[in-house]
Amino acid sequence: MSEIFLGMPATAPRGVGNLRGDEPFPVAARRSLADAQLRRNLGHATATIRAKSAAVIDEVPDWQELREAGRAIKTDVMARLPELLAQLEVAVTAAGGTVHWAADAVEANRIVTDLVRATGSDRVMKVKSMATQEIGLNEALEAAGIEAVETDLAELIVQLGRDKPSHILVPAIHRNRAEIREIFLREMPGVDPALTDEPAILAAAARRHLRRTFLSTRVAVSGANFAVAETGTLAVVESEGNGRMCLTLPDTLITVMGIEKLVPTWADLEVFLQLLPRASTGERMNPYTSMWTGVTPGDGPQEFHLVLLDNGRSAVLADEVGRQALHCIRCSACLNVCPVYERTGGHAYGSVYPGPIGAVLSPQLTGVEDNASLPYASSLCGACFDACPVMIDIPSILVHLRAQHTAAYRSDHRLPSAEAVTMAAAAYTMDHRPLYEAAQRAARASRFVGRRGGGLPPPLSGWTIGRDLPQPPPQTFREWWAQR
Amino acid sequence: MTSRELILGRLRAALGATPTTPEAVARSYRPAGGAVDLDVLVHRLTDYRATVHRCSDGEVAQVVDAVLGGRRVVVPPGLPRRWLPDSVEVLTDDNLPTAEIAAADGVVTAAAVAVAETGTVILDAGVDQGRRLVTLLPDVHICVLRTDQVVAGVPDALARLGPDRPLTWISGPSATSDIELNRVEGVHGPRHLHVVIVPA
Amino acid sequence: MRIALFVTCLADTMFPEAAKATVRLLERLGHEVVFPQDQTCCGQMHINTGYPDDALRLVRRHVRAFAPYDVVVAPSGSCVGSVRHQHAMVARGAGDERLASRAEEVARRTYELSELLVDVLGVTDVGAFYTHRVTYQPTCHSLRMIRVGDKPLRLLRQVRGLDLVELPQAEQCCGFGGTFAVKNADTSTAMLADKMRHVLSTRADVCTAGDASCLMHIGGGLSRLRVGVRTVHLAEILASTEPTGDPAERARTGGVTA
Ligand code: SF4
Repeated sequence: MSEIFLGMPATAPRGVGNLRGDEPFPVAARRSLADAQLRRNLGHATATIRAKSAAVIDEVPDWQELREAGRAIKTDVMARLPELLAQLEVAVTAAGGTVHWAADAVEANRIVTDLVRATGSDRVMKVKSMATQEIGLNEALEAAGIEAVETDLAELIVQLGRDKPSHILVPAIHRNRAEIREIFLREMPGVDPALTDEPAILAAAARRHLRRTFLSTRVAVSGANFAVAETGTLAVVESEGNGRMCLTLPDTLITVMGIEKLVPTWADLEVFLQLLPRASTGERMNPYTSMWTGVTPGDGPQEFHLVLLDNGRSAVLADEVGRQALHCIRCSACLNVCPVYERTGGHAYGSVYPGPIGAVLSPQLTGVEDNASLPYASSLCGACFDACPVMIDIPSILVHLRAQHTAAYRSDHRLPSAEAVTMAAAAYTMDHRPLYEAAQRAARASRFVGRRGGGLPPPLSGWTIGRDLPQPPPQTFREWWAQR
Repeated sequence: MTSRELILGRLRAALGATPTTPEAVARSYRPAGGAVDLDVLVHRLTDYRATVHRCSDGEVAQVVDAVLGGRRVVVPPGLPRRWLPDSVEVLTDDNLPTAEIAAADGVVTAAAVAVAETGTVILDAGVDQGRRLVTLLPDVHICVLRTDQVVAGVPDALARLGPDRPLTWISGPSATSDIELNRVEGVHGPRHLHVVIVPA
Repeated sequence: MRIALFVTCLADTMFPEAAKATVRLLERLGHEVVFPQDQTCCGQMHINTGYPDDALRLVRRHVRAFAPYDVVVAPSGSCVGSVRHQHAMVARGAGDERLASRAEEVARRTYELSELLVDVLGVTDVGAFYTHRVTYQPTCHSLRMIRVGDKPLRLLRQVRGLDLVELPQAEQCCGFGGTFAVKNADTSTAMLADKMRHVLSTRADVCTAGDASCLMHIGGGLSRLRVGVRTVHLAEILASTEPTGDPAERARTGGVTA
């Protein structure tokens, strides 16, 4: 918690959680690009999901209208966030739940750890949740001697493989069936040594492996896809049934939710329950959606805690252009259509939020200087904007964050960067016609730049890695025009 | 200052001078009230690997017999007994221990609502549907649906349901897309879903 | 119709053939083309690299140069996209509301070439003749930023002698992205490699597009491969006519030749 700017929007603190990578995007990307297996796995998986999703989106005649409604509802939520959160708190409390407020990752981890300790359990089972990965909850629990068991199949693959998630929806998207079989054979106690790489067989192995955990663990931690301010209802959208297990079998349920996950009314769910499955897994409806309101006597956990997480979201809200990143419903459609993500995978982004949404959300949550390379990890091709079910204009936010980055650099350094000097000079030149025309002649005259870019200074030389420079023409257009 | 006050203060500061007038939401998507097409429901259910049976109310017991005859079956306390054949061993859930439910071969329930367009059956934990865990642990779920419980789309379903009960929306058997993004049926929830559609 | 040519700095300096072709084509169709001499660069590179403050003077210059004209055309979807979606934003960001509304005015009258031909001039058959096997790369900004849709394809289908072949995964970015190609050169190269693979799979001898920048990128890659596939701007194809026997005419190929 910040002592100095009490009450001012704050970014997520350093040293906790998983929002910052160890190296800049281009460096991490180079490694992924060289991994042929990874490239094949990602290419196959993203092409599969793109085709599935396009097919089920084609089935609904009012997709654009749903997107527009989704965008508008979320815009409304952001404009009224304080009021709606207070409303949610009242409704959850009235239904028998307890609401906790966590200003940042440190506080959220402490709240959850204390709640688990109070139950006397030394193990929790978890439903896949981006918020708990963001704050590094598993690491915090482990430090407190509490084992956290991931129950989502892909999370389990990641956890058993001592790996990192690389996709919002399918954290193990970078693994193919053969690699998953290897991980299971190596890490899953008591697994059948005759295990094949048939997906159904692998799923069955996970079913056997986790059954006992489900039946014997008394505390679960989940995230939430939606929370209805008006009623206090929480919704978790899933496929495997591990979510249902965690939401109904234990005595205590702790849900950690980013404060932006709200929708105002019960009826608003009709928009998002249509948008989310078709955009994310490419299904008309995902196999299971659970909705609960507080505690139901005699059915499911009799103790329910809701942890509302800020951790930088207030800082995102403070930016009028970037704010729409909070509309995200974590469907991952933007990842699946992104030509950069498809080639580099999620690890290159460093943060738990990869792909286009990660490139705009992570730098805003941490402050742009802590993820300065991410806003540039895009060719601005716009495929993400078209795919996003809530119409987040990711390319515009990327451009906006680039400007923030150059501004931050300017205010932090006495001397401008080489790039800034070049850019200012170029703008000056182009704003003076005689200079511009002289520069055109100079480009033609420069004989020291070969077709392979020899003679170009870095980083410009990077462009010629795999391409030839065009030869400057003998005459510019305006010279030709002048002679006509 | 509590964290609650801190966060709400931050959010108010973040919104600053921006008007907090609620954004007008254009709801020009298809509203509730569309025509129900049972064939669409059947198609969508089978497309996601649920098995669909259409019969009279009197024939439900035969379907249950064909699927679960000779096996142990959990039922919620309010389930109509006429749906259960003599061939099954019935365990009525009046707070059965979890282990006993997990050890059963199947479960038979009614439903609250079904959505044709998405092939979804929705349970609201009513007396003929039971606690949420009874439809989760056994490997076979037979769900009996009346035609008047079927609605066209998601907006219709939400209009019929409320937040006062826990809801479980079920679209096909448990599945995963986690291996190479292909849908594979059968992970933690029931691996077999039978939907029996009877006239209202 | 009197049409002002927004040549774009890239076509002016590096790919004048595309701009000359635009002039020839529009004149052939009976229109008057004028070239506002004060234009230089629309500032897109500055905006997209994070220097809107530097871009501001270029936006101001662009608006001043083109404000007097009723119809403006550019042989570039990307630069038209910047004029339409970024100029007013940059002006507003700098607090210059007057410039913003003037920029919006200019943007409303600015068209990409295929838009001008199909939507404004109402032609799809421009009387072109071009005997090559051609594949069309839609380019991201034409496709998604200004949404030219199938207008370029409708124009190409009417070109006599032209064998149009569909480009697989056409909607995927070629990897250019302005300074992206420099800052993330490895990723950009990987994207380019896939784009070239798809271009080669069509067995076309010409890859065309409405953006000189993307063509420069793809053409630079194809040139490195020495595979004998050229990139040619859409304007040049549409400007081509039945050969007259004039060798100078035939020599007009333009683009990056392999
Ligand atoms: S930004 Fe949009 S497309 Fe990307 S994950 Fe979020 S909701 Fe989905």
